[in-house]
Amino acid sequence: MSIATTQNKSFTAALWDYLTTVDHKKIGKLYIYAGGFFFLLGGLEALIIRIQLIQPENNFISAGLYNEMITMHGTTMIFLAAMPLLLGLMNAVMPLQIGARDVAFPFVNSLGFWLFLFGGIMLNVSWLTGAPDAGWTAYSPLSTQSPGHGVDYYVLGLQISGAGTLMGGINFLVTIVNMRAPGMTYMRMPLFTWTTFVVSVLILFAFPALTVGLFLLMFDRMFDAAFFDVTLGGNGIIWQHLFWIFGHPEVYILILPAFGVFSEIFATFSKKRLFGYTAMVFATILIAFLGFMVWAHHMFTVGMGPVANSIFAVATMAIAVPTGIKIFNWLLTLWGGSITINSAMLWSLAFIPSFTIGGMTGVMLATSVADYQYHDSYFVVAHFHYVIVGGVVFGILAGLHYWWPLIFRRVLNEKLGKLAFWTFFIGFHLTFFIQHFLGLMGMPRRYWVFLDEQGLDTGNLISTIGAFFMAFGVIVFLINAFYSWFKEEPSPQDPWGGRTLEWAVKSPTPYYNFKQLPLVRGLDPLWIEKTEGNGKMTPAEPVGDIHMPNGSIIPFIMSLGFFIAGFGFIYHNDTNLAYILLFGGMAIALGSMLARSLKDDLGYHISKEELEREAD
Amino acid sequence: MKGWMGKFKVLSLLSLVALFLSACGMENLTALDPKGYGAEKSLDLIILPTVIMLFVLLIVMVIFTIALVRFRKKKGQEDFVPKQVEGNKTLETVWTVIPIILIIIIAVPTIIYTFKLADETEAKDSLNVTVTGNQYWWHFNYEGQEIQTSQDLYIPVGQKVYLNMKSSDVIHSLWVPTLSGKMDVNPENENTLYIEAYEEGVYWGKCAELCGPSHSLMDFKIVVVSQEEFDQWVADLQNFDPETQPETQTAVDGRALFEENNCIACHAVGSSPVQVGPNLTNFGERSKLAGVEEMTKDKLIEWLLDPESIKPGNNMTGKYPELSEEDAALIADYLLQLKPSEITTEDAGN
Amino acid sequence: MGHDHSLNPETMPHNPEKATLEGKNKFLGLWFFLGGETVLFASLFGTYLALKNSTAGGPTSEELFGLELVFLMTMLLLTSSLTSVYAMYHMKNNNFKKMQLWLGITGLLGLVFLGCEIYEFYHYIHGEHFTFRSSAFGSAFYTLVGFHGGHVLFGLLWLSALMIRNAKRGLNLYNAPKFNTFSLYWHFIDVVWVFIFTVVYLMGKVA
Repeated sequence: MSIATTQNKSFTAALWDYLTTVDHKKIGKLYIYAGGFFFLLGGLEALIIRIQLIQPENNFISAGLYNEMITMHGTTMIFLAAMPLLLGLMNAVMPLQIGARDVAFPFVNSLGFWLFLFGGIMLNVSWLTGAPDAGWTAYSPLSTQSPGHGVDYYVLGLQISGAGTLMGGINFLVTIVNMRAPGMTYMRMPLFTWTTFVVSVLILFAFPALTVGLFLLMFDRMFDAAFFDVTLGGNGIIWQHLFWIFGHPEVYILILPAFGVFSEIFATFSKKRLFGYTAMVFATILIAFLGFMVWAHHMFTVGMGPVANSIFAVATMAIAVPTGIKIFNWLLTLWGGSITINSAMLWSLAFIPSFTIGGMTGVMLATSVADYQYHDSYFVVAHFHYVIVGGVVFGILAGLHYWWPLIFRRVLNEKLGKLAFWTFFIGFHLTFFIQHFLGLMGMPRRYWVFLDEQGLDTGNLISTIGAFFMAFGVIVFLINAFYSWFKEEPSPQDPWGGRTLEWAVKSPTPYYNFKQLPLVRGLDPLWIEKTEGNGKMTPAEPVGDIHMPNGSIIPFIMSLGFFIAGFGFIYHNDTNLAYILLFGGMAIALGSMLARSLKDDLGYHISKEELEREAD
Repeated sequence: MKGWMGKFKVLSLLSLVALFLSACGMENLTALDPKGYGAEKSLDLIILPTVIMLFVLLIVMVIFTIALVRFRKKKGQEDFVPKQVEGNKTLETVWTVIPIILIIIIAVPTIIYTFKLADETEAKDSLNVTVTGNQYWWHFNYEGQEIQTSQDLYIPVGQKVYLNMKSSDVIHSLWVPTLSGKMDVNPENENTLYIEAYEEGVYWGKCAELCGPSHSLMDFKIVVVSQEEFDQWVADLQNFDPETQPETQTAVDGRALFEENNCIACHAVGSSPVQVGPNLTNFGERSKLAGVEEMTKDKLIEWLLDPESIKPGNNMTGKYPELSEEDAALIADYLLQLKPSEITTEDAGN
Repeated sequence: MGHDHSLNPETMPHNPEKATLEGKNKFLGLWFFLGGETVLFASLFGTYLALKNSTAGGPTSEELFGLELVFLMTMLLLTSSLTSVYAMYHMKNNNFKKMQLWLGITGLLGLVFLGCEIYEFYHYIHGEHFTFRSSAFGSAFYTLVGFHGGHVLFGLLWLSALMIRNAKRGLNLYNAPKFNTFSLYWHFIDVVWVFIFTVVYLMGKVA
C-alpha cells in the first residue's frame, strides 16, 4: 500500500516531501507545526511581560526590551500563531468537508504557507539586532522614528507573511465556490466551511489595506517618503485608519473560524443538528459585513469629532446582535441534546461564558463616552484577551482536540486533556478578569512599570500568577500531543460519531481524499446516511482516473527569494552590499515566477486500476 | 459535571473577593470614583451597559447551566438520538429583537454625551491652556496669561478649563482618570479636551499612548485649587522675576552653574517660551520629580548625574556637560528653591 | 498520457478558457484577486486624497499637471484594452495567430504608455524639481501612479512570457485560461487608470 511506504521514508525524503508538498492535508500540518511554534514563542514573551509586572517598579527587563516584548507578543500571536493555526485547521478540514480532492490552487496553497513561514522567521530574526518596539499597531510617528531596524523587520516580515495569507484566502474562496461535491449546495455546507468562506472574503478585502499601510511605512522609513512626516505635510492618522481598516476585520478573521469550530463540536457532541443553521450563516455574513464598518472605534480618542464617534459607536454596538444570535443558537443546540463532555467539548463549553464576557465588554467599549476611560488601558487588554483567548485560542484548542484524529490519527488523551483545560481555563480568568479593574483603576496598557502605592499591586500579582497557570496548561497540552503520538493506538475513522464529510473518508486519509466523490443529500451528510442510509456516503461517480497536482519546490524557493530580498531592503541604507541581497533575492523570486509560468504543470493521474487495487 | 460547575463557582467567587479587596483603586487616580464632569459621565456610561450586559450574561449562564445539567448524556441511554431541531422562528425573533432594544437603550445616551463632551461653545470665555506632549513630559502654556509651567497643571475648581493639545514629537494621550477620559495628543492637529473638576485635590495624570521606552513614566498632576487660590497662584507666577537672587549662597552658586552649563538653552525659568525641556519656574513646588519620583535633593542629584537611570530614552541624557556630584548638589539647591507661589499642592483641598 | 489529448481536443470548445476545472478556477481566482487589488488601490486613492493638498511649500497639482500627455496616455491604455478584447475574441474562435497579433498590439500600446509615464516622471523630477521626497503630496502622487505603472510593467512581462512560451504550440485548454486571465488583469489596470486620470489629473487641474 502506498500509504505504508510513505511512513518508512528516510528523514531527508520526508523533509523533501514536506518542502515540495501541495497536498492540503500536509500543508495544514505545516501550518499547525509552525503556528504552534510561534504560539509557544509568543507565550514566552507574554510570560516575560507578566514577570516584569509581578510587582511595582520591577526591573526584570529594561524599558526598551519591554517595548520590544509587547510588540513581538502581539504581532506574533495575531499574525504568526492564531491565524496560521486557523489556516492549518481550514486546510486540513475544509476540503474534506465539502468533498473535494484538494484546494483549487495547490501550488498557491504551498506558496502561501512558505511566505507566511519566511515572513515569520524574518520578523523574529529581528531579535538579533533589536526587535520592533512601536507596539503591534506600529503607530506613526513612533514607528517612523523608531531607531535601528526593528520596525523595518516588522514591515518586511508582515508584508511577506501577509501576501501568503492573502493567497490562502483567494484559494479557499475559489475552492469553496468551484469544488463542492455533487449535492453540496451552499446551504448544506458545514458551518466551519461557511466561516472559512466568509473569513476568506474578509482576508481578501482587509489585507490589501495593511499591504498599503506597510508600503507607506516602508517608504517613509527606507526611502525618505513623507507620508507620516508632519514637517512635510504628512499625516500619521492615515496609518491608523489603514491599520484599523485591516485590523478590525482581522479580529473577525480570527474569531469567525473559531465560531465555525464550536458549531461543529456542539452539534456533534450534543448529537443534534445545529440549531438555527440559516440564522447562523446569515449572522456570520452580517458580522463580517459590519466588521468593515467599525474600524474607527479603535480611534475614539484620536479626535475625530462627535459625529464620527457616534456613528462608529452605534455601528459597533450593532455587531452585538448577530453575535448574540450565535450564542443563543449554540445554547439551543445544547438544549434537548445528549451531551458528551470531553476535552474538545470542555474547550467549547468554556468558550460560552468567556466569550460572552468578552462580547459584553465589547459593547461597553463601543460606548464611546465610556471608551474615553477604557481606551488604551488594561480594560482593553482584558477585553481583547477575553475575545482572542476565550474565543480564538479556545476555538483552536477545541478544534485541535476534535480533528486531531483526522489530522494526526490519534485521539488525544482525555486525562491530560482535562488537566490542560482546567489549568489553562482557571489561569486565563485569573490573568485577565482582574485586568478590567486594573484599567479602570488607572493603569494604562503598555506600561513597563506601574508605580508603588497606586493600588495596582494585588491585581497585577494575581494576573501574573494566572499567566503561569496558562503556561502550565499549554505544556500539558504539548505533552499530550507527544504522548498520544507515541503511546496511543491509531484512532478509528470516525471516533466521535461525526456528522460531516470529513469523517466519511477512510483513516488515514488517502492523499486523493475521496476515491469517488460523495453524493450529498443534505446538511450533515454523513449523519443523514447514518440515520437514513447505510452509514456510508453514496458515491456520485464511478471509480475513474483522478487528476492530481505535482509537488513543487518552487514555492519554497520563491519565498526564500523574497526573504533574502527583504534583508536587502532593510540594510540598503547601511551598506551597498545589501543591494546584492535585494537584487539577488528579487531575481530568485521573479525567476521562480517565470519558471512556474514557463514550465507546464499538468499534474498526473491516478489510474482507475490503481485505485481499484487499493483496499477499501 | 458537578466538578466543573463547582470550580466555576469558586472561580467567580474568588474574582469577586479579589475585586472587593482592591476596591476602587487609589483615590485621585481611579476612574471609578470620579471627581470631574467627564469622568462622571463616563462612569454613568460604564455602569449602564455593565448592568444591561450583566443581565444578558445572567440569562446566558442560566440557560447554559440548565442545558448542561438536564441534557448531559445519561447512563444507559448511550444510543439515545435526540430530536433534530432545525430552529424556532419565535425564539430566534425574540433574541434578535431584545438585543436591538437593549442596544438602543445604550446608544441614545452614548450619542448625547459624545456630543456634550465635545462641546466647545464655552471655550472662548474659559481658561484655555495649550498643552504640549513631549517625550516624556508635559508642557502647559496658560493662554493670554504669560505663564508657562511643566508637569503640574494648576486649575480652579468648578470651572471648565479647555486644554488645547498638540504633540511636539510622537503621539501621546492625556489621561486623568478621576477627572476625565483621555484624548490623544497628536503631532499633526490640535485636539481640545475640557476638564471640570468638582473637588480640590491633586489628580494623577498619565500618558495613555505608547510613546517610547519611558511611556510608563510620563506622569503629571492636575492640581485643583479654589478660585481665590488659583488667582493668587496666577498673580504669583506672573510676578515672578527669574532675575531675583536666591537667598542661600549654595543656590546662588547653583544658579551660576545652571547658566554656565547652558541648562538655560533648553529649560526656561520664568515665562520664556523656550520649551525644549520642561519649564522650571515652579520646580521647587512640583509634587513629583520627573513625574514619578519623590521630590528630594538626593533624587534630584541622581537625576542630574544620570537621567537615563530614571527615565530611559529621555532627551536630556548626553545633552549637557558631565557634572560633578558637588556641582549637581549646588544646581539642585538652586532648583529646589524655585518656589514662586504661596499656593502649592498642599493647598489643593485635602 | 490521456490528458494531452484532453487539453488538445479535435475541436476547441467555444469558451476554451473555462472548459476545464483548472480554467474555471483560474478565472474565478483572478476575479477575487482583482477584488483585493481594488481595495489596494482604494487605499492608495484614499491616502492620495488625504495628502493631495499637503504640498509643504512645494509645487501643487495645478502647477504641475498638464493634461495633453495624460490624455494621450489614457487613449493609449483604453485602446490597448480594446485590442485585448479582440485578442480574446480570436481566442474563442481558436484563431491563435490573430490572437497573438492583437496581444502583440496590446503589449506595444502598454509599452508606449509606460514610456510616456517615465517621461512624465522624468519631467517632474528634473524640470519641476518635484520628487518623491518633496512633500507628502509628492510621496502620495508617485506612490499611487507608480503602483499603477508597476502593475503595467508586470502585465507586460507576464504578456511577453505568455506569448513567447506559447508561440510555437498554439492554443490549448491549458494555456487558454492563462491568456484569458491576463486579459482580465489588463482591463483592470485600464479601469484603475481611468480613476487616476479623473481623480489625480482632472480633479488636480480643476480644483
